[in-house]
Amino acid sequence: MQPIVTKALTKKFGDFIATNAITFEVNEGEVFGFLGANGAGKTTAMRMLCGLLRPTSGSATVAGFDVYTQADKVKQHIGYMSQRFSLYEDLKVKENIRFYGGIYGLRTSVIKEKTQQLLQKLEMEKEADLLVSELPLGWKQKLAFSVAILHDPSIVFLDEPTGGVDPVTRRQFWDLIYEAASRGVTVFVTTHYMDEAEYCDRISIMVDGRIQALGTPRELKAQFHAQSMDEVFLQLARGKIINNEE
Amino acid sequence: MNTPIVVQDVHKHFGDVAALQNISFEVKAGELFGLIGPDGAGKSTLFRILTTLLLADKGQASVNGLDVVKDYRAIRKIVGYMPGRFSLYQDLTVQENLDFFATIFNTTVKDNYGLIEDIYVQIAPFKDRPAGKLSGGMKQKLALCCALVHKPVVLFLDEPTTGVDPVSRKEFWEMLQRLRKKGIAILVSTPYMDEAMLCERVALIQNGSLLKIDTPQHIIEQYHKSMWAVRAKRMYPLIQDLRAFPETDTCYAFGEYLHLTLKHGEADLDKLHAYLAPKGHEDFAMHPIQAGIEDCFMELMQGAAKKENH
Repeated sequence: MQPIVTKALTKKFGDFIATNAITFEVNEGEVFGFLGANGAGKTTAMRMLCGLLRPTSGSATVAGFDVYTQADKVKQHIGYMSQRFSLYEDLKVKENIRFYGGIYGLRTSVIKEKTQQLLQKLEMEKEADLLVSELPLGWKQKLAFSVAILHDPSIVFLDEPTGGVDPVTRRQFWDLIYEAASRGVTVFVTTHYMDEAEYCDRISIMVDGRIQALGTPRELKAQFHAQSMDEVFLQLARGKIINNEE
Repeated sequence: MNTPIVVQDVHKHFGDVAALQNISFEVKAGELFGLIGPDGAGKSTLFRILTTLLLADKGQASVNGLDVVKDYRAIRKIVGYMPGRFSLYQDLTVQENLDFFATIFNTTVKDNYGLIEDIYVQIAPFKDRPAGKLSGGMKQKLALCCALVHKPVVLFLDEPTTGVDPVSRKEFWEMLQRLRKKGIAILVSTPYMDEAMLCERVALIQNGSLLKIDTPQHIIEQYHKSMWAVRAKRMYPLIQDLRAFPETDTCYAFGEYLHLTLKHGEADLDKLHAYLAPKGHEDFAMHPIQAGIEDCFMELMQGAAKKENH
């Protein structure tokens, strides 16, 4: 079963078509990069896939569930992490883990066991009783990612997970992504760092609500006669920014 | 002529946390100076001290010859400041925001239109739209216009391109280059290492301390290790194998390649090939490369982190 399948998925806000008939599939265990300029329609598409926003037309299944009729099931079977909001700063590390475990309906005994495993893996046993606000940003992000996949979802959505992070921490974060993918977790990720686009198995690039390019980084570079993903992105998105606003 | 920015031995603590320690540097007239570092490094604290919004515990700083403590009123009239968080009025239109900031500084948009014209024309089609309804790139352009509307001598831009897509980022930096040529000194912070190359000089900041101040070219030239770009069909197993190799110094992902340094440089190459051969990585390729600015910063950051642990 493919974790994400969409057909002509569309969202209109009044006359404005935010997401315009996008059709794509994501394979199991794949790291799928979802790129686009600000305002290209990424967030809208992602919210529909997470069961948070009802599409205007088209179809989509996520983790095998229909986003129209089974939105609650979708939410239970995915993980989600955004750069802006993920953890409660005024809760302790272990309280955050317990909170999210509870939200995802894990049993208390499972939460206990998972908390131990997670703290051990992140080498944060000593920090279990610290408030999240006291952690360095890099640690917060690693914790946020681990919490997002605490309930063993088959797919995790990462919305600009590495914005503002130092280059070393950014790469450590990608180690976590690779590690999760190697265990079969499907990763759907947005980023503005074009070097990170290269780490994805496949990439789609949205322009004006449509998917204008889809393929492996190597295929896209060949298709656009570009040396880097940065060039591919600039070719596709330049000149379109102004149009997006209208 | 006064030096646009002078910072001498500035310290700032918040409780037990040393937000800034022993910070000293200067920004010259018409210079585009980059403050490069991750979130939490102390960049915004420094901006707030220089824009007279926060007092340092120790040390001096001046903007265009004016002291940040004694002459704070005068400084506020001659600097443009774009804080890290979007701080325009979301419910005012593009035009209303501009007029508001112009009025506050006792001027009009018309008087200084020359300075903002080439930025403003890009957002002019949306001049009647509330600022809150603009996309990320457009918001930043409007914020820059508002910071420029009173013709400041010095411009402070705190992470103007964070969360902005690569195309808008590129356009934003092209605007900064044009402003610099008009003689405005610019202090700009960014977490994006590639943007460091676009500055004349940069200061690398981490945990409240400056690790290095130099031109980007010098920083690259001073990198002394041999570095290789390595790739294979499946990158994650390759990264794991290379990190497990005892002679590996550093191994980081850089786009489609891994950047690898070895503890003894070229001397370890034969050993490396002997180690990798039986692992059977498909499409394996390896070639020597010059370190880039991001490699250099990572090296400096790790060096500083090691020192702290000792």
